[in-house]
Amino acid sequence: MNNSKAKSALNMVFTVLFSVLAVLYIYPVFMILINSFKVETAISTSTVFQLPTAETFAGAANFVAAVVSQGFLQSFFYTLFITLSSVALILLCCSMCAWYITRINGPVSKAIYYLCVFSMVVPFQMVMFTLAQTADSLNLNTPYNICIIYLGFGAGLAVFMFCGFVKSIPLEIEEAATIDGCNPLQTYGLIVLPILKPTLISVAILQAMWVWNDYLLPTLVLDIRKYRTISMLIQYFRGSYGRVEMGPMMACILLTILPIIVFYLFCQKYIIEGVVAGAVKG
Amino acid sequence: MQKTLKKYFPIFVLPTLAAFTIGFIVPFIEGIYLSFCKFTTVNNAKWVGISNYVTALKDESFMYSFWFTVAFTVVSTITINLLAFAVALVLTRSIKGTNFFRTVFFMPNLIGGIVLGYIWNILINCVLSLVEQPLLGLNTPAGYWGLIILMAWQQVGYMMIIYIAGLQSVSPDLLEAAAIDGANSWQTLVKIKLPMVMSSVTICLFLTLTNSFKLFDQNLSLTGGEPNHATEMLALNIYNTFYARSGPQWKGIGQAKAVIFFVVVVIIALVQLKATSSKEVQQ
Amino acid sequence: MKKALALVLAGAMALSLAACGSTPSSTATSGSTPASGASTASGKVYYLNFKPEQDQQWQDLAKVYTEQTGVPVEVVTAASGNYETTLMAEMGKSDAPTLFQVNGPVGLASWKDYCYDLSGSDIYGQLTSDAYALKEGDTVYGIGYVIESYGLIVNKTLLAEAGYTVEDIQSFEDLKAVAEDITARKDELGFAAFTSAGMDGSSDWRYKTHLANLPIYFEYQDEGITSTDAIKGTYLDNYKNIWDLYINNSTCEPSELAAKTGDDSRNEFLAGEAVFFQNGSWEYVNLTGEGKFTDDDLAMIPIYIGVGDEANQGLCTGTENYWCVNNMASEEDIQATLDFINWCVTSEEGTTAMANEMGFVIPFKGAAESPNLFVKQDAEMTAAGKTPVSWNFTTMPSEEWKNVLGTALTAYAAGTGSWDDVVTAFVDNWAAEYQLANG
Repeated sequence: MNNSKAKSALNMVFTVLFSVLAVLYIYPVFMILINSFKVETAISTSTVFQLPTAETFAGAANFVAAVVSQGFLQSFFYTLFITLSSVALILLCCSMCAWYITRINGPVSKAIYYLCVFSMVVPFQMVMFTLAQTADSLNLNTPYNICIIYLGFGAGLAVFMFCGFVKSIPLEIEEAATIDGCNPLQTYGLIVLPILKPTLISVAILQAMWVWNDYLLPTLVLDIRKYRTISMLIQYFRGSYGRVEMGPMMACILLTILPIIVFYLFCQKYIIEGVVAGAVKG
Repeated sequence: MQKTLKKYFPIFVLPTLAAFTIGFIVPFIEGIYLSFCKFTTVNNAKWVGISNYVTALKDESFMYSFWFTVAFTVVSTITINLLAFAVALVLTRSIKGTNFFRTVFFMPNLIGGIVLGYIWNILINCVLSLVEQPLLGLNTPAGYWGLIILMAWQQVGYMMIIYIAGLQSVSPDLLEAAAIDGANSWQTLVKIKLPMVMSSVTICLFLTLTNSFKLFDQNLSLTGGEPNHATEMLALNIYNTFYARSGPQWKGIGQAKAVIFFVVVVIIALVQLKATSSKEVQQ
Repeated sequence: MKKALALVLAGAMALSLAACGSTPSSTATSGSTPASGASTASGKVYYLNFKPEQDQQWQDLAKVYTEQTGVPVEVVTAASGNYETTLMAEMGKSDAPTLFQVNGPVGLASWKDYCYDLSGSDIYGQLTSDAYALKEGDTVYGIGYVIESYGLIVNKTLLAEAGYTVEDIQSFEDLKAVAEDITARKDELGFAAFTSAGMDGSSDWRYKTHLANLPIYFEYQDEGITSTDAIKGTYLDNYKNIWDLYINNSTCEPSELAAKTGDDSRNEFLAGEAVFFQNGSWEYVNLTGEGKFTDDDLAMIPIYIGVGDEANQGLCTGTENYWCVNNMASEEDIQATLDFINWCVTSEEGTTAMANEMGFVIPFKGAAESPNLFVKQDAEMTAAGKTPVSWNFTTMPSEEWKNVLGTALTAYAAGTGSWDDVVTAFVDNWAAEYQLANG
């Protein structure tokens, strides 16, 4: 009894301590929020922590500037499109590939599997230059086809994770389907894919987090004359001779992270489960 | 079934294989080849042997950034895992607000490295200017610790989730048995919980180690390598060799550095996996 | 079966490899088809612009040109601080920029292989002075397209409050007297003499590059040279004097300078916290406008360091923006690019846009007058017989040299380093870096 009382007191302490921590955790985002409503001259190095006053309140001006001046909406659309198309392509192609190479046990399958595992540890810098050149020469430099590059570079992790799961699916189910007259495509679509659902979610989340936030690959590969992703856009608030448009930059950062946070709050359960599943397989 | 499935090779495997070839295999092989060349584009490469590697290894900034990266990786791997494990322990005690805390701590993971770097750049500069210290761009220690704090802020939540999953899988029977045997909470932690979550530890160590070692986005946007390349990590050093230095000799040197970088990453990954997986308890 | 599989696989890989190998020719056509299909002319222009502030103006001007001639012009502006990396990445692509910029002889050294010889071009004939061309022998690699001036920007209203006028400052002695008097009465006046320095990357170039230009300029004048492999540092004592004056009479303690940025410095000036602000004509757009200063409040005076004929010293005027044409581009594209830049500096629309919208002074015969106050002052001073100080920092041996100097200056201001370190960074490091760059 005494023991559990001490325990609940300790838990109380932890709750308080963690509440403080949580506030500290949210603070950086909150700081961006308050500064995005301040006028330019009120955001100097040492006044970032101050709340806006009636004098320094800028209203929505920074947001208007952020959206209008650098084409925020287009960038948002491109980033969204790249993420959705890449993730969809990775899910479909890699799960098919993983199923095939797990079921057909040959040297080719083995080679593909080990190449995929190998590609996971290769740092991007190793291939960045040659990848950019290859993509350029194949004209894979628009938001509409860059997903092929993402499929190629992201295949390693995805195939690896799918393989881990496919191995645990009992062969009998698929054999039964074949006996019932399903061709492999039907077996895959009607039997394997539904069973793979949890892994699909994991892979989707891990890949989406990567693609959405990726900076270097789109910077080097995309045709910068026409397309900028959000990560690339944020840099454009700095002028030459050191001038930074702090207000619009803050607003742009906020507009960038808000949708992600909202999405996260709604799909939290899946995201966290996806991370756990991904980690256990990986 | 196998026979019919094999006929479907072009549908099932070919798309992935083709993209994988374009997106990985070809650039990788070309990358190795180009590290022995002097070139400005893939088409005008001229074989120069190992001279790129010699120059790369003699390059002081490369060696400096190597040791800086090592120093960063060691400290940040330890910090992140200790913090994440501690937080996970507390959050598995079923305290009030567990879900809320978990939500908050995980959140920074979803924000991209570039954006995070800018946020923390503003924040740390403000703190520094209030305590009248040189700003990030002039302050190597602040840049180093700034990177550590930033990475901890971002990664602790992710690792915490993995540790929580590991801790929750420890069977309650085992803990009960330990309690009956009179084990105190410290003994329970060290003797039972820790060995049982060793697989989580392996994963988390692996993830933090490779993430820290390959760090680029956060490094670029938080300090940009300033002051004077003193906070430049390997990935950024390679990028700068490639793209910030003009002149045809630099690309080959950059590619050679990248190959060295790749070899180091592979060695780390192998050693680390071997070392920790031998400690895992088979459940 | 296995053999067949291996064959298919090998075939697939060969196919994709072949696709990569054969692309240069295929992309050359596919890359240019859409562009030329959309227009009547054959060439096209891709301009990688250096100045983010003028991005919109360039886009507008390019649109006007395309409407008039049908030649597609694309303007891309690199994010600040990323020009070199962007240029490097873009140059590797099949559709590389046809028009790009270098910042002077040092920048040229690494891009020379890409520069088309402009010596016979129309635009070269339009230059008002050969000094604005980047030449080696008879080859013209780059054309300076904008002239800028820097000096001390003065808040005349505050200066009057302190009891002085711009005319009172004609030499380093005058400047020192005024600044120290303002500092002595700082509490009473409510403002300081100089804005804080901003020694991080956001504005350290104001001191490690622009201010350092003055001792270099006077040394070059003495020796009668325009560049050197080893600087002597004859006037470093004067450099120390002006730097001491800046840091001891600023809005904050010298030790706190490292905690300020260029934005802080500008905001202090805008808020009326300091009288003097060392900066250039490009700053005009940031200082004037709604709720900010008018032309009557501002003036730019020369930076006096107590050397030479100070009565006849003008502003520091020069260029570090040179246009270069990519010689790897196709013949049609090179011609289109030459036509475009020539149009920019000769046509009504081009010269007006460059003068009014971008606020540039361009060194070409057909230039329109700029509304930029500082630029006008420079012209007035030159007309009154004062000699502008030329920009010699384009001959500084490397970026590295500037960075090391900047670090030494900051350490000196903070009290953690001595002036001897600055001298070492200036003199010894010059020879060392020059050796590295040209050895």
